[in-house]
Amino acid sequence: MNENFIFVPLIIHLAAATIMLFAWGRIKFQRWFAILSNAAALIVASALFGMVWNQGIVTVQSGGWKPPFGITMVADTLAASLVLLTSIVGLAVSIFAAGTIIPQRVKYGFFPILQILFLGLCGAFLTGDLFSLYVWFEIIIISSFVLLTIGGEKMQLEGAVNYFTLNMLSSLIFLTAIAIIYGITGTLNMADVAMKLPLVEHPHLVEVTAIFFLAGFGTKAAIFPFYFWLPSSYHTPPDAVSAVFGGLLTKMGVYAIIRVFSLLYADNALISEIITIAAGCTILAGGAAALVQNNLRRLFSYLIICHIGFMIAGIGIGSVLAITGVIFYLFHDIIVKTNLFMVAGLTHRMTGTSSIRDLGGIYDKYPMLALLMAVPLFSLVGIPPLSGFWPKIGLISAGFTDHKWIISGLIILGSFFTLIAIAKLWAEVFWKPSKEIYARPNFTFWNKLGVKRKLLYLVPIGFLAALSLFIGLGAGVIEPVAERVALELSDTMIYVNAVFKTKQ
Amino acid sequence: MNLLLPIVTGVLYAAGIYMLLRRSFVKLIIGFTLLGNGVNLLIFLMGRLAKGKPPLIPDYADVIPGLYADPVPQALILTAIVISFGLQSFAIILIKRVYAIANTDDLDEINTTDDYA
Amino acid sequence: MNTLILRTATKYLLPLLLLFSVFILLRGHYLPGGGFVGGLVASIVFVLHALAFGAEATKKLLGLHPGYLIPIGLALALLSAMMPLIYGKALMQGLWYDQPVLIIGSLGTAIFFDIGVFLVVIGVVLTIILTLIELQKE
Repeated sequence: MNENFIFVPLIIHLAAATIMLFAWGRIKFQRWFAILSNAAALIVASALFGMVWNQGIVTVQSGGWKPPFGITMVADTLAASLVLLTSIVGLAVSIFAAGTIIPQRVKYGFFPILQILFLGLCGAFLTGDLFSLYVWFEIIIISSFVLLTIGGEKMQLEGAVNYFTLNMLSSLIFLTAIAIIYGITGTLNMADVAMKLPLVEHPHLVEVTAIFFLAGFGTKAAIFPFYFWLPSSYHTPPDAVSAVFGGLLTKMGVYAIIRVFSLLYADNALISEIITIAAGCTILAGGAAALVQNNLRRLFSYLIICHIGFMIAGIGIGSVLAITGVIFYLFHDIIVKTNLFMVAGLTHRMTGTSSIRDLGGIYDKYPMLALLMAVPLFSLVGIPPLSGFWPKIGLISAGFTDHKWIISGLIILGSFFTLIAIAKLWAEVFWKPSKEIYARPNFTFWNKLGVKRKLLYLVPIGFLAALSLFIGLGAGVIEPVAERVALELSDTMIYVNAVFKTKQ
Repeated sequence: MNLLLPIVTGVLYAAGIYMLLRRSFVKLIIGFTLLGNGVNLLIFLMGRLAKGKPPLIPDYADVIPGLYADPVPQALILTAIVISFGLQSFAIILIKRVYAIANTDDLDEINTTDDYA
Repeated sequence: MNTLILRTATKYLLPLLLLFSVFILLRGHYLPGGGFVGGLVASIVFVLHALAFGAEATKKLLGLHPGYLIPIGLALALLSAMMPLIYGKALMQGLWYDQPVLIIGSLGTAIFFDIGVFLVVIGVVLTIILTLIELQKE
């Protein structure tokens, strides 16, 4: 397998989207073809991860131009592991979407747009050029606009107004930062900028670009004070769409912050200070708001914000131990957040409502399913030995080692907030005696669904729950991966040498 | 010319941000158009202004001597214009659908998703 | 806008503008032009026709629904980008035919990529505009 293998995930996603666009309106074909192509993408992503694990960083120039003139695609361990996680989430969500998306939405092109979303995500993880990163980000947000408003109900359109405005603004801020970087260094290749940025005559202009990047990526990652679009819009689209958004799109912003700030602004104390303060406020804002929510999906949206705060806090602390914790947290969080929204979809199908006051009695009626749904809920809290525990320990011990007491205290406080919110949810939704369920037109409840549709709901939830258990119980397998990523990120010369292919 | 273009870029940014803060959805989209134009002009400015020097290497030399018209920002601007064209067409159709459903253009009244349910 | 002047002028302008859009497409590699601008000019042709004669007449003129042009263009672009991989070169590297062809000039994978972009732009713009015209009739 030579280096051109990096392009294969992108080609698979684009080819699958094209074939599904040819079959416009054929609902059955699109459903099983989406599952098939995502399974193929998972196999290719695992092969790519294996290749990167054995060979080190793999880089390829598209178009055959020498670096830094061409567009470089870089697959280091972080990129390869995130592409693998994207394809895992993609497979799970496409199975769930095949079971839950109504035929009217599928007829308007749901599955091709979902494939293009995955194409954009894989491309953004694998690219090594700043403007190419901007283009992949735009592909992601345009497909997410379509997925958010497909079907056109009132809540979706009103949520889309907020979502559209903030995302377009963040793209324009990001583009401004790219323009200034091109002006002061003359290049856009990330490795080349990393080498030329310390030599610029005006170091304060460099800090200005750092703040622009933080504002642009921070809006996408939903950190304080840019996060207000997320609770207004994530609870409106169908559950499969919320699952993809909650699991992957905010983590896209976190990945961009990690990549840009570890490569370009590595040892800047002021920037780390600003990032830490923003992370602390994010944890407080998301956690405190999650305590008072009544809608299940809005509760999960605020918990997304709180946990993004944990990851950004780790980036602010900045030591190798902290970055290990952040990367492990990223792996755990992608799987768990996707699973949470699918669980919300399952409870909606069981009882017909998403309001915590009106839900109840799920543990009495469906004990086995309640146990299955407990795995992601308690992994989120971080109860040992489930998967949330190990990265939190890593982050808190990294904070204590570096004498950063306030942010470690805030991480512990955020975990308490999560614990209270999930405990309240468990008591209200699962243990409380159930309320009266009224029959609704055009809505089949869970106990009346056929076996095939029940399987389409349960297989992805079970698959991701099993993966969460594996990450938790088998943390000894995941931790070396996170440590290798942190070691690669701590030294920019590793990345630069891999791109320019200089022999050491 | 050297001072005029940065001033125009600044005016476009300021006008765009002012329109973004208005109450009407249509004015918001106009603000995005102005801001997008400002960003494109900024990208153009960043590859230094050079009149009348095309990026062609003469026969006797290996690299272009001195200042020349940089083709890279022009490719970046083209891509940015295409992307913002797609986003603005989505925004215009979103305005039509939101107006049909909410019967108002006022952004302060399109906030049922923020209600405590 | 069913005026006689617009209808007559459209009947004469249509082939001219289509030829102009193909001209812009083919000269895109070394001179100003290219796939995106050519696609926009070509879609202006059909929009003008729709304004003068109505949306149904334009759909009959096109033959197929404009939404099908999008995957055709994407497939053409993807195939022309993957072609250099067969010869062992990098993705999207330009492969050029040795002898120049009569009117077009040098033939290579870049021109097919541009034709793919051309078709995608026509498909997207026509889908948007024709949907808007039909929405307005209701």
